[in-house]
Amino acid sequence: MFRFLIRRVALTVPTFVALMFVTFVAVRLVPGDPIEARTGERGIAPERLAQLRHELGLDQPVWQQFLDYAGGLLHGDFGVSIVTKTPVIQEFAILFPATLELSLCALIFAVVFGIPAGVLAAVKRGGAVDHTVMTVALTGYSMPIFWWGLLLIMFMSEYLGLTPVSGRMDLINYYFEPVTGFMLIDSLLSGQEGAFGSAVAHLILPSIVLGTIPLAVIARMTRSSMLEVLGEDYVRTARAKGLSPLRVVGLHALRNALIPVVTVIGLQTGTLLAGAVLTETIFAWPGVGKWLIESISRRDYPALQGGIMLISGIVILVNLIVDLTYVAINPRIRHGG
Amino acid sequence: MADDPILAPPTGGIVIESVPPEVSSLRAFWSAFRENRGALLGLIVVAFIAFLALFAPFVAPHSPIEQFRQHVQQPPIWAGGSWAFPFGTDAVGRDVLSRLIYGARISLGIGLSVMVVSVTLGIVLGLASAFLRGVVESVVMRVMDLVVAIPSLVLAILIVAVLGPSLVNTIIAVTVVYLPRYVRLVRAAAIAELSKEYVVAARVAGVGKLRLMFVTVLPNCLAPLIVQAALGISDAILEAAALGFLGLGAQPPTPEWGAMLADSREFIRSAPWIVTLPGLAILVTVVAINLMGDGLRDALDPKLRRS
Repeated sequence: MFRFLIRRVALTVPTFVALMFVTFVAVRLVPGDPIEARTGERGIAPERLAQLRHELGLDQPVWQQFLDYAGGLLHGDFGVSIVTKTPVIQEFAILFPATLELSLCALIFAVVFGIPAGVLAAVKRGGAVDHTVMTVALTGYSMPIFWWGLLLIMFMSEYLGLTPVSGRMDLINYYFEPVTGFMLIDSLLSGQEGAFGSAVAHLILPSIVLGTIPLAVIARMTRSSMLEVLGEDYVRTARAKGLSPLRVVGLHALRNALIPVVTVIGLQTGTLLAGAVLTETIFAWPGVGKWLIESISRRDYPALQGGIMLISGIVILVNLIVDLTYVAINPRIRHGG
Repeated sequence: MADDPILAPPTGGIVIESVPPEVSSLRAFWSAFRENRGALLGLIVVAFIAFLALFAPFVAPHSPIEQFRQHVQQPPIWAGGSWAFPFGTDAVGRDVLSRLIYGARISLGIGLSVMVVSVTLGIVLGLASAFLRGVVESVVMRVMDLVVAIPSLVLAILIVAVLGPSLVNTIIAVTVVYLPRYVRLVRAAAIAELSKEYVVAARVAGVGKLRLMFVTVLPNCLAPLIVQAALGISDAILEAAALGFLGLGAQPPTPEWGAMLADSREFIRSAPWIVTLPGLAILVTVVAINLMGDGLRDALDPKLRRS
């Protein structure tokens, strides 16, 4: 067990180094001169050019540049945005809570509907409920979520007028300084009446859109895991003992069926962050996904580089935690390793 | 009795013995596939879309990029439009139906190209890792770990940002993103096969390494690979459409479904059909391919069955 832990953690190190290398190389391959992008001038004095090159470390050999870059990353220096002139890590820290809040709500939506749907489908295998759940799951799994978002805006916001079209808060009626960065919490802390409701209303559609694919994945996984567990001997024993079906399904089967489901939920982090790029773009949600797309169109490569580094780093860490949790809750691996 | 073909001594024995199992396994596959109504429906829809894509110039009523300036934002037939433009026209007067039909070409083209390239590379890298082990395996698998660590769309965005937005670069980006699943699959399957007796027998018989890799082992790894390849087409189509939607894929006036959606965003209120139809085309295509892929999986590889 301990050896597995060390091995698993050690394996992430080369991945991190490779990630640094890829982002480093990628940004140097991008067409366009970084100095020109910064100054925006065509002909600047040679001394000024040399000075700028020195400031950016571009007069160093490439390997030295890479070491400086990697060293900077280890010290939390992810570069400085060309456009806003603020450190990338600072911009990221301001925007990330918005993405995190959206992703968590999407995940809650997916879990709250996905697990019961999967359980119901497994228990009523082959019936109408099963077919409906599987059809909805297939559709959700195949959904182009950017279109799904536009459809929901069209119907819920434009036609029915139920939910706001974009953003996180009704800024005309409410204003307060961010404390935690989570709108749901900040709106409550502000004490302004109606602010919390506005935050919730703004979250509904983006959460549904972002949660759709995880919902489908979780429902399918729960169903197949449940079906497997329901065929086990101990479930038959529990049934034979005369326990109520609800108790058998809810207590004996579900607890064991959830082990692989928990892993799948953890592995949705990548899906959620990739989906956040699209969802945030559609709903003008001020998070890191929308920021990443905007840094491309603004040719703000340090922001792109740092942003991808940070997002991927988060995914690697979460996957590591998921793996370790899986080992911790699954006795077969715990004792085997 | 002596005339009974079964009991008669085999004359052309080799031919007779080797052909029947081939036919019956294909037949067994088809009868298993046919039983799955969803898979059959998926196959029919995919065949229809492929037909439209192949014969787009003959099927489409108009050119996908011709602008009919006097018919801007004309609604589709069911909303009071005319038969000249059955699905209406977009903001600059292009026929939506024709654009959708030509769009099928692009989406299926992307899906198939990505699949062919990544399956080929996946086979080569996967077999190389399984056979050579050592440094080759470590390097290949660590690179794959890295690709998997970066969220798919984010990696695709990075690649397109470096290479510049275009259709070909979309294909490159999506191929890189989906490569690891094929490499991992082929490697795992090949390693499992390598310990089996027939491989040992072939080795003892003096079969060369390349022949062992591609002729002896590879055919036995194909079933899961075919299933993954089918499902991979739909993922590639979705990913490419997402890039198109973000303006990082096919560039205007290419009638790519994702890019059509991006153009349509401001007409949510005034011309909802421009928003609805391209997305519906993506969804129907992807659902059909996934249905077909699920059917392939159940028929080819019962072990992988989800339920």
